[in-house]
Amino acid sequence: MRHLHKGVSFAIGLAVLGASLAACGGGSSGTSGDGRIELSIGTFTEFGYEDLITEYERLHPNIKITHHKTGEGGPYHQNLITKLAAGNGLEDVVAVEEGHFSDIIDKSSKFNDLTEIGPKDVTADRWLNWKYEAGKDKDGRLIGYGTDIGPLALCYRKDLLQAAGLPSDPEGVKSLFATWESYFAAGDQYVARTGGKAWFDASSQLYNSMVNQLETGYLDRNDNLTIETNPGIKAAWDRITGAIQRGQSAKLIAFGNEWKTGFQQGSFATTVCPSWMLGVVEENAGPGNAGKWAVTDAFPNGGGNWGGSYLTVPKQSQHPKEAAELAAWLTAPEQQLKAFQARGNFPSQTQALTSPQLLQQTEPYFGDTKVGQLYSEQAKKVTRAQYKGPGDGQIQENVTSPALQAVEQGTPPDQAWQQVVDEAKKIVQ
Amino acid sequence: MTSVAEKPPRQDVPPEPVRPTLRQRLSRWDVRFSPYLYIAPFFVVFGLTGLFPLLYTGYVSLFDWEIGDDDPKFIGLENFVTLLGDAQFWNAVVNTISIFVLSSGPQLVIAILLAALLSLRLRFPASWRVGILLPYSASLVALGIIFANLFGPRYGLVNAMLEAVGLDRVEWQANRFASHLAIATMVNWRWTGYNALIVLAAMQALPRDVYEAAVVDGAGAVRRFFSITLPMLKPTLIFVVVTSTIGGLQIFTEPKLFDAMPGSNNGGSQHQFQTLTLYLYQSAFEGFDLGYASAIAWLLFLLIVLIALVNFLITRRVAATTGLKR
Repeated sequence: MRHLHKGVSFAIGLAVLGASLAACGGGSSGTSGDGRIELSIGTFTEFGYEDLITEYERLHPNIKITHHKTGEGGPYHQNLITKLAAGNGLEDVVAVEEGHFSDIIDKSSKFNDLTEIGPKDVTADRWLNWKYEAGKDKDGRLIGYGTDIGPLALCYRKDLLQAAGLPSDPEGVKSLFATWESYFAAGDQYVARTGGKAWFDASSQLYNSMVNQLETGYLDRNDNLTIETNPGIKAAWDRITGAIQRGQSAKLIAFGNEWKTGFQQGSFATTVCPSWMLGVVEENAGPGNAGKWAVTDAFPNGGGNWGGSYLTVPKQSQHPKEAAELAAWLTAPEQQLKAFQARGNFPSQTQALTSPQLLQQTEPYFGDTKVGQLYSEQAKKVTRAQYKGPGDGQIQENVTSPALQAVEQGTPPDQAWQQVVDEAKKIVQ
Repeated sequence: MTSVAEKPPRQDVPPEPVRPTLRQRLSRWDVRFSPYLYIAPFFVVFGLTGLFPLLYTGYVSLFDWEIGDDDPKFIGLENFVTLLGDAQFWNAVVNTISIFVLSSGPQLVIAILLAALLSLRLRFPASWRVGILLPYSASLVALGIIFANLFGPRYGLVNAMLEAVGLDRVEWQANRFASHLAIATMVNWRWTGYNALIVLAAMQALPRDVYEAAVVDGAGAVRRFFSITLPMLKPTLIFVVVTSTIGGLQIFTEPKLFDAMPGSNNGGSQHQFQTLTLYLYQSAFEGFDLGYASAIAWLLFLLIVLIALVNFLITRRVAATTGLKR
């Protein structure tokens, strides 16, 4: 009797274990107890979606949304790739940053084509053309709806340019910033007239902008490495390393500790300024430097874009159609304008770019410049998005940026270029 | 005496064994197996979180396995072959060992000296002991950020001080050896006190009568330290050496935070201070190459075993010879 009892309790234990395991497997998504459809959305840093999500739930009583926010982009995207590989655990709507989008495109078969599952009234003309095109994979399937963008402009220290006898008003500097040639020529003048002070903060910021403007980036559309055959890349390299050797670089690392100190000490006169950088400049330079920084709607060789994200719907999603509807709603011009007002994420939607709300936006730290209008103009100067193959972001982060740092530390440019070629080949095998 | 021979063989046969009841059997099993059951939870957890990953990593290392690959390709030992011909790997090996030697060596010597000092009669012994442990209680990340700032090449405090006393500033991140020194300083700052406390605890457990006998024999303090304290600390020193080998060779956070490029796993512009774990992490989570990263992990494991073994032998030898000195 006693051992029978033991057997029974063992069987019960096994049954409980099995049941709880089964519950683990099936309980992650689906419908909630009250019959509402449960959707989840994953974002990183600040998308400004908090109020919008509440609004969406109010408009759609049958939908319940869980918002997963991650503080930093790096770990967020690593987590994303891992869960994508694992085949479960991802949210129904997943935000992806532009810099990581090439890794996602590489695995685009794991994502839904939004033109198929999304609302039919969402068409290409909602977005700036280049933003829409960059959301597609190689077969032309639309993987992500564009959220925000980061049009490029240049920020500069009015007082420092003035002290060096260079033009410093927004119109006057435009001729300095018209082309890369004029920009680096102005840099030479600045260095000479200030007795060797640095013209720009971090060489990789400029170099990446130059490479981004090229027709073809590090990889062509067949995902072949172009680093040795693409003359534009080597030309950009020669141009930036030349400027480093002529003393134009403050030799700082963007977003590093000393970079922030450099802002406070005014150790450089210009910096690359995507729309989201204004807040970073203000935070780094601090109130002590208020009114000294200015931004102008000019960028060497036209325009460019740096940053911005997409909303995707992975195939793991249990409710792809509802998820696509949510993503479409969030990326509509009206909503993206609200996100802009909440968190300053610059919209990628053509209608939003002409809205008075956006055009009236000013920035007190930068002398009340109409930054909304300024960046709206800069966004229109971008003509196309460069194709980014798998490994593109890695080459930028782990190959060219460290190699430029090496040049600043004294390595001869030719030797550092060899380092670039060798390591890029290792990444793209 | 046939009668004896004719004795029925029945009596020589041992009595037929009585089948033990279930309860008896249970209680015998209890005695025999229960101790193992009691320690089983550790081994089950170790098996799940230690052994299984170890073996599975070995399995993964035999494949060309990209994160998210649906059907990884079996390539045998090719990852290891590539790895052994990878200059970046050997660079990481040298960096790891160099940082390890620069940190563990001084750390041990200072820890033993600190422990010897702390075992003297001091005022407020507890506050001294807490004092040397304080760096250990601080968050590793916070320490990393602070030290990276101190060793900043342009605006760092260390370079400012070097300049103030008329020396040249050091390129802490560009110069390979300087970067190792800076990182080793970080490690030593954190771990010396911890090791000193372990050594101190062992020191205080040493029997007093041996020392008294030595004093009677006329041995001075230095002689007592080398001839009694060190040899008797042998087991503790072996423990400290093995744990610091394991920790030192897996060093990750310090070099990662030391890099001027935030979040970078490059270990400097030319991998001056990229350690094995950084390279492993970079291969797995930036290059998405799980097979290659697993191969690195296995070679790192073998390296740790090898160095721990060498250290173990050296420590035993050193402690033994100092003991034999007459």
